[in-house]
Amino acid sequence: MAQMTMIQAINNALDVELGLNKDVLVFGEDVGHNGGVFRATDGLQKKHGKDRVFDTPLAESGIMGLATGLAMQGFRPVPEIQFFGFVFEAMDEIAGQAARMRYRTNGRFTCPLVVRSPFGGGVKTPEMHADSLEGLFLQTPGVRVVIPSNPYDAKGLLISAIRNNDPVIFLEHMKLYRSIRAEVPEEAYTVPLDKANVVREGKDLTVIAYGAMVHTALKSADELAKRGVQAEVIDLRSISPIDIDTIVTSIKKTHRAMVVQEAQRSAGAAAEIIAQINEHAIYHLEGPVLRITPPDTVYPFAQIEDEWIPDSKQVLAGMDKALSL
Amino acid sequence: MSTVLETEKTPYLQVLNKDGDVVNPSLMPDLSNDTLRELMRRMVFTRIIDQRAIKLSRQGRLGFYAPAGGQEASMIGSQAALNKDDFILPGYRDIPQLLFHGWNLTQWILFSRGHQHGTAMPQDMHALLPQIIIGAQYAQTPGIAMAFKLRGEKRVAITYTGDGGTSQGDFYEGINFAGAFNLPAVFVVQNNQFAISVPVELQTAAETLAQKSVAAGIPGYQVDGNDILAMYAVTKEAVDRARAGNGPTLIEALTFRFGPHTMSGDDPTRYRTKELENEWEQKDPLVRFRKFLEQKKLWSEQDEEQVMEDAKNELNDALKQADAYPKMTIPSLIDSMFEVLPDSLKRQKSEYTGKEDA
Repeated sequence: MAQMTMIQAINNALDVELGLNKDVLVFGEDVGHNGGVFRATDGLQKKHGKDRVFDTPLAESGIMGLATGLAMQGFRPVPEIQFFGFVFEAMDEIAGQAARMRYRTNGRFTCPLVVRSPFGGGVKTPEMHADSLEGLFLQTPGVRVVIPSNPYDAKGLLISAIRNNDPVIFLEHMKLYRSIRAEVPEEAYTVPLDKANVVREGKDLTVIAYGAMVHTALKSADELAKRGVQAEVIDLRSISPIDIDTIVTSIKKTHRAMVVQEAQRSAGAAAEIIAQINEHAIYHLEGPVLRITPPDTVYPFAQIEDEWIPDSKQVLAGMDKALSL
Repeated sequence: MSTVLETEKTPYLQVLNKDGDVVNPSLMPDLSNDTLRELMRRMVFTRIIDQRAIKLSRQGRLGFYAPAGGQEASMIGSQAALNKDDFILPGYRDIPQLLFHGWNLTQWILFSRGHQHGTAMPQDMHALLPQIIIGAQYAQTPGIAMAFKLRGEKRVAITYTGDGGTSQGDFYEGINFAGAFNLPAVFVVQNNQFAISVPVELQTAAETLAQKSVAAGIPGYQVDGNDILAMYAVTKEAVDRARAGNGPTLIEALTFRFGPHTMSGDDPTRYRTKELENEWEQKDPLVRFRKFLEQKKLWSEQDEEQVMEDAKNELNDALKQADAYPKMTIPSLIDSMFEVLPDSLKRQKSEYTGKEDA
């Protein structure tokens, strides 16, 4: 075991899988010699060679077309989109092509690829770097979407994603890259895809969150606990598919729920989570399921992002409201 | 041959003139008499299938169909230059290349009708199904070609688009990636001069489409796309160069589609003049090659009739098989989405099967 940041855990996961499977390839803009703009791929080219870890021309659609072709031929590409705001350039190759390959060829070709990409606010990035666009892929049949919230999950989920035989979008929150250290085993291990994780147990309110909002929700839950009210916090981990069973199990205990996300009100996963709660747990609810989100504006310029992203006070106020309705 | 990198103007490469005479002996490919006859057989077969497909489509017995008549030389000449294990990434009009690469007529009919099993190509057939998103096949070609290069396999990826497709970003990204990584890929542009109703002059101010290769730093050739020997020769050279590790090539085939853009309601008389159509009928790739073979006593009216008869019979058999093929179901559609179905999809599948444990 070693203490690792999330970026180190991701680097370690890539290193481990590159070592275990010669079909794993890592590529993107500046991921090779430079080791990535966040050092996520630092040292990997030197260790595993230029055929396994390499730089590409600056073109996201080209990168994803390359990944799709390689995946169809049995490689396990782990391409990087430098910032997820640039995914619009590659939308067809991900949503129009890779996501549909198994279906459209009736299994003759598959796309076992993992798109790694940083996103998330709170670090004063320029435009189109921080946007939470996971909701676009929640609406894309044929892909899984994973968002880890801590170093241990990041490594285990990334290894699971690389070993999965269908496309996975693996989104890495920039604010979490170096803000937490945790014990992470040096060897390979997996954290299952499609499974949420109860990160704080409680009997009074279910709070569903993912990415950086998990930590905000935990902070608010600690505040709430000072008043003797216990919130159960679920780290969704998998945004698509949503692990509704874990959510329903919690609601059967708490009878109240809310969703916290960094994406705008109509974006992200909150609406889908609430719809599924309505389908599967409505008779267990004592009040409506609230969502705490930023407003439906474009992601703001850096100066106002801290006000725009829900903070622990806002989430706590939401908890109070959810408990009072 | 010279490339546009070396000359001011892209050369226009031709072996046969419209009378079937060899005008460029240095480019004449070394093909046996049997192979020459086989090329003609394939072109006649394709023409008959195309004519029948247009009728079948009007009768509602076929679904989506993009007529190929007129483009037989560029399609068949280029495919004939490939090995069986080379990989084709076709556009939606490129059905003939697939049929001669291992697809069968029954699967093509199922594909046209929108049946998933039409696209489950045999394991020993190396091709993707026709690409609907124009340009995406160009973006994917470097990936296929890089796989061959990484594994040290002497295989080539070939892809096709039309003149309109050269305006897409993916067109440029594809040829540029292949150039930057020096990949074994061949990019073919079938310039039939119209993208639905839009003439090529409205796509670009470039004098040729082949010269777009300059932007990627790769060789580019403009070929008489109605001359099957020129198409074969230029593609073969590009394929050999790629196989030898010397990188990709862009080939522009100048041609013309006789029919409409697709059978989905397009009317070419709205945008093409009768004069232009007549002009291109004089350049029919079958007429020219037939004259060449007849001069060499390699082709007869009887040969032609035999191919027509074969094509009709094979198509009728395929139609019967396609008609008898089991229909698609929602549960099998759901099963084809992932290797491991998420619980949400398992639940949705059970709604269609009526079984909880789907």
